[in-house]
Amino acid sequence: MASRVMSTLDYPDTLLRKVLGSTKSIAIVGASANRARPVFIVTKYLISKGFRVFPVNPGHAGGEILGQPAYARLADIPEPIDMVDIFRRPDAVPGIVDEALSLDPRPKVIWMQLTIRNDEAAAKAEAAGLTVIMDRCTKIEYGRLVGENSWAGINSGVIDSRRPVQTVEYQRFRLPGVVGGGERK
Amino acid sequence: MSEDRAPGFATLAVHAGAKPDPTTGARATPIYQTTSYVFNDVDHAASLFGLQAFGNIYTRIMSPTSAVLEERIAALEGGTAALAVASGHAAQLVVLHALMQPGDEFIAARQLYGGSINQFNHSFKSFGWNVQWADINDISTFEKAVSPKTKAIFIESIANPGGVVTDIEAIAAVAKRAGVPLIVDNTLATPYLCRPLDFGADIVVHSLTKFIGGHGNSIGGIIVDGGKFNWTATNRYPFLSEPRPEYNGMILGETFGNFAFAIACRVMGLRDLGPAISPFNSFLILTGAETLPLRMQKHSDNAKAVAEYLSKHPKVTWVSYAGLPGDRCYKLAQKYCPKGAGAVLTFGVEGGEAAGVTLVSTVKLFSHLANIGDTRSLIIHPWSTTHSQLTPEQRKAAGAGDDVIRLSVGIEDAADIIADLDQALAAT
Ligand SMILES: Cc1ncc(COP(=O)(O)O)c(C=O)c1O
Repeated sequence: MASRVMSTLDYPDTLLRKVLGSTKSIAIVGASANRARPVFIVTKYLISKGFRVFPVNPGHAGGEILGQPAYARLADIPEPIDMVDIFRRPDAVPGIVDEALSLDPRPKVIWMQLTIRNDEAAAKAEAAGLTVIMDRCTKIEYGRLVGENSWAGINSGVIDSRRPVQTVEYQRFRLPGVVGGGERK
Repeated sequence: MSEDRAPGFATLAVHAGAKPDPTTGARATPIYQTTSYVFNDVDHAASLFGLQAFGNIYTRIMSPTSAVLEERIAALEGGTAALAVASGHAAQLVVLHALMQPGDEFIAARQLYGGSINQFNHSFKSFGWNVQWADINDISTFEKAVSPKTKAIFIESIANPGGVVTDIEAIAAVAKRAGVPLIVDNTLATPYLCRPLDFGADIVVHSLTKFIGGHGNSIGGIIVDGGKFNWTATNRYPFLSEPRPEYNGMILGETFGNFAFAIACRVMGLRDLGPAISPFNSFLILTGAETLPLRMQKHSDNAKAVAEYLSKHPKVTWVSYAGLPGDRCYKLAQKYCPKGAGAVLTFGVEGGEAAGVTLVSTVKLFSHLANIGDTRSLIIHPWSTTHSQLTPEQRKAAGAGDDVIRLSVGIEDAADIIADLDQALAAT
């Protein structure tokens, strides 16, 4: 029977804006080259917004996803990463968090995608000083905060009478801050 | 304003969804009167068509003007997203198209706008979408109508024309037990008076033609996604739970989280059935929406004054207005729409059909026409007009017997509205 899917987790917009606006590099754990999968769409979107994206999936290690080299494990990524974005089942999360915490430097953010939630792993990451977001989509939240989701009639919850920050392209907005945001390549 | 502070209803009515235009700085929402939008490059086009990025392609499927209206109404209803369409009836068509397969059933309240009863009984039956009627005065009739083929339940919050208030929470409980979404037509109440999503509804539809547009100048409709129904828990809603071949095998219910239903209605219903709203109508309705709280309060206050006047008039046999203490729906109205019971009320005039016809022909301030939700006061004899295509039994069941007069009380001065009824009743 129909269960209710709306999350009870509540993250203030100021926090999400800070997290997404200060992140430069993102490891995508559970990356896929299948165009139908949400992870593929999110990866493509984050690349288009100027994030440095590192797909992680043992099955693709040594190859590429969306033009980015893929890695088997977080530890194989050759540069520091700011965020670990998890597209795996909740029971896979503790292992990923442990891997993330053993990196040097540590990532600043653990992000679990829609329907993914693991409170113990989250508590562990938070105790280590990381910010944790669960049961949210990075693409949906970015698009919501910058106003792109609004083109599809989605309730952004954002009221702002200031000018949206546009990129040089049509129909693309970005967060003010460090990430370039889809300048024409 | 701090970003994390939840704005109030009146603030949302003015601001939600609207930003200054990014290229011109226009503060009012521009009317984007164009059919199509230029892509940055082929990859951008592919992303838009493949639902990998949001943006504008073609006005049959989306428009930046309509998008502001959609976000505005979603915010006012407390939903996750909305989809504006050409009319209230188009909203009902697009919603059921996303839920129903031929041979499926849905349960609907008998107490509905006459046009909806027609739509369900005739056109929808020809699609193989079989309506099962139930009675809001006896909730067990909803329970009894549930079958394995049931895909949805459809009710009106305040029913047209009866001015009857529906026990949304009780019917939401039936829907939840049946594992189907509850769809509420909230046209007569508007989110200012009642928010069905707060009482367990899953989807809200509106005829924007009525109080949200509010000025009697534009036809429009909208679908609001409540965001709480789990579409992928079963395979009963294949539009949302099955891979879509035209979108590379994407599963909409999985990709679009708690606004997947609104997206499904847009990228299949609106795309294929085609009932798009004109950007110009969206603009006019959006302008109306800005004053919704002010107008709805005035409509309700005036209607209550008129109902009180009528209930004391010797030629009036009965008054049905849920805002009147003593009305059989008064308790429900106190629960679901405590700020007021809306603008629409019905009453019986002594002398039946003949007196009714005299009345609608003698009023001067009231307009005799087949609409509700205008700034102007409106009057009609539903038996001979809006409900005339129904059988006498259906008309009575829908609250449109032969002695019934329906008013949609406007926002003029209450004293003038009452004076007009007074002179017309004197002529009956
Ligand atoms: C309650 C209700 N629902 C739906 C409709 C249909 O809306 P539209 O005329 O915009 O198609 C109406 C119109 O009278 C209505 O009153």
